[in-house]
Amino acid sequence: MLAAFAAPGVFAFPLHAEDTPNDGGHSITLEWTPPATPPAQWTVVRREAPNGAFAPVATLEGSTTEYQDTGEALNDGVRYEYQLVAVPDDPNLRSEVSPAVASSPDWFDTTKTNVAVVIAIFFVVLFYYIAQAQRGMKWTFRKIAGLAAIEEAVGRATEMGKGVLYVPGVQDIDDIQTIASMILLGNVARMTAKYETPLQVPTNSPAVYTVAEEVVKSAYQDVGRADAYRSDQVRYVTSEQFAYVAAVNGTMLRDKPAANLFLGAFFAESLLLAETGHSIGAIQIAGTANVHQMPFFVVACDYTLIGEEYYAASALLSNDARLLGSLKSSDTVKIILIAVIVVGSILASGGFTQFAAWWSTTQ
Amino acid sequence: MKREVPIILTLVAGLFCLVGFFVPHPWVRDRYEDLQNWALILVGLTYVLGVANVLRVNLRGVAQKQPDWPFKLALLLGLFVMMGIGFSEGNAYLDSTSKFSWMYRNMYSPMSATMFALLAFFIASAAFRAFRIRSTEAMLLAIAAFILMIGRVPVGNMISHYVPDAADWLMEVPQNAAKRGILIGAALGVMATGIRLILGLEKTYGAGDGGGA
Repeated sequence: MLAAFAAPGVFAFPLHAEDTPNDGGHSITLEWTPPATPPAQWTVVRREAPNGAFAPVATLEGSTTEYQDTGEALNDGVRYEYQLVAVPDDPNLRSEVSPAVASSPDWFDTTKTNVAVVIAIFFVVLFYYIAQAQRGMKWTFRKIAGLAAIEEAVGRATEMGKGVLYVPGVQDIDDIQTIASMILLGNVARMTAKYETPLQVPTNSPAVYTVAEEVVKSAYQDVGRADAYRSDQVRYVTSEQFAYVAAVNGTMLRDKPAANLFLGAFFAESLLLAETGHSIGAIQIAGTANVHQMPFFVVACDYTLIGEEYYAASALLSNDARLLGSLKSSDTVKIILIAVIVVGSILASGGFTQFAAWWSTTQ
Repeated sequence: MKREVPIILTLVAGLFCLVGFFVPHPWVRDRYEDLQNWALILVGLTYVLGVANVLRVNLRGVAQKQPDWPFKLALLLGLFVMMGIGFSEGNAYLDSTSKFSWMYRNMYSPMSATMFALLAFFIASAAFRAFRIRSTEAMLLAIAAFILMIGRVPVGNMISHYVPDAADWLMEVPQNAAKRGILIGAALGVMATGIRLILGLEKTYGAGDGGGA
């Protein structure tokens, strides 16, 4: 019975079929322009070319103009033909049988070409500046007050005989802000190890706890103070957001650290932590890339590392030529992107929107 | 070797994930998903280490009668009671009628909400400090905040329709421009940090000895 579907209707319309682009295979996209008076519904039927029997694969609303046939039942490399049949069946309302088409997986998602171009430019510029750094090139970077204040805060804590509290945010280790925080923790732990200042790192993820423990332990070993490392310096508290806040605030109020460092990804707890820290008179330095929390930190902390300053902090603190080269590459790519934004705005204002559309990541 | 192995693993896994972002082919995509599943398994295992750390730190505190030992005891009791009841109820521990759910709803949730509610008081105290006009920037901030607050409540519209319009303009033009600037900078910072990690330039993380601060 299904084989009879192959007979096109009197008012048959073309049905376009193609391998779905930029996918992992097992998918064919159908497109058509429906007749002026479409039926209530269409049945999409499919067969293996050239002599298979048609079988229904989906039922669609009559106004639909596109369908993606996807699934493991669709074998890559096998050629299929499609047809649209009206529901209820009307011999005059059928599409032509589509050309035979086979699905196949793609090796590159062309919708991400713009991202690939930016990353490629970044890599090229980065390697150029690293090579420059290895040849002895020096660059001058804007002074970031919050960075200089970190050593000052550790020094102040040392003079007062009090500790440093390091809060690495509330995201897990797969968040780049937490990873950046772990890098900064290494730098801070070296300072506290050198000055013999107590350091506390309460974490809200067991994965962050294991990494932070290793980072702090390595830092103490690096400055030859492995003996000063205590196993309870880095602690896992809880993964619950406000229970974590209660624990950290309790630590602040009981131990009264001289310096609080809030470096990582923060959400609603940012002000709860920073205001409690302010109430005990601690010097406070925050750093985050979460734009919605920055105002809270700016208000309640002495220094705040904003967005890119936060990511640049470890390179600036280390003073390593290759890391500084990576900052220079970041600045260069930023200039390129600003130029792209300016050119795109001018072209779009003149009616040429293709350039701006090419850079869009939501095509 | 202790330093080189993590760097090599990071390089291989990082480059593979970078490639996996652009390649939809199942040969790459399946392994990309496998890597992510391995990461989930590793994170699951770290919970064992995390709970062991909670027990070690707090049991020692209680045993040595440290100054804050009652808090540590309360934490341990909470941990054991919740875990014990959860395990005793088996797979039904998340049912709405379970004892575990009752404790979560009637004990944990109110305490959590109480912590969150403190934010209202902290916002008031922080705003009091932030809006003290001590410089030109602070004055601009205070004026912008005043327009925004008045414009977001009915009385703003009663004064003049220009007040909510001005509040909208502040949010849509200067606020958005500043936010986008920060986001572009942060995105480049993410890329730079990611590439530094993948290439092993940032040795501080996980492998030690990269700083010198």
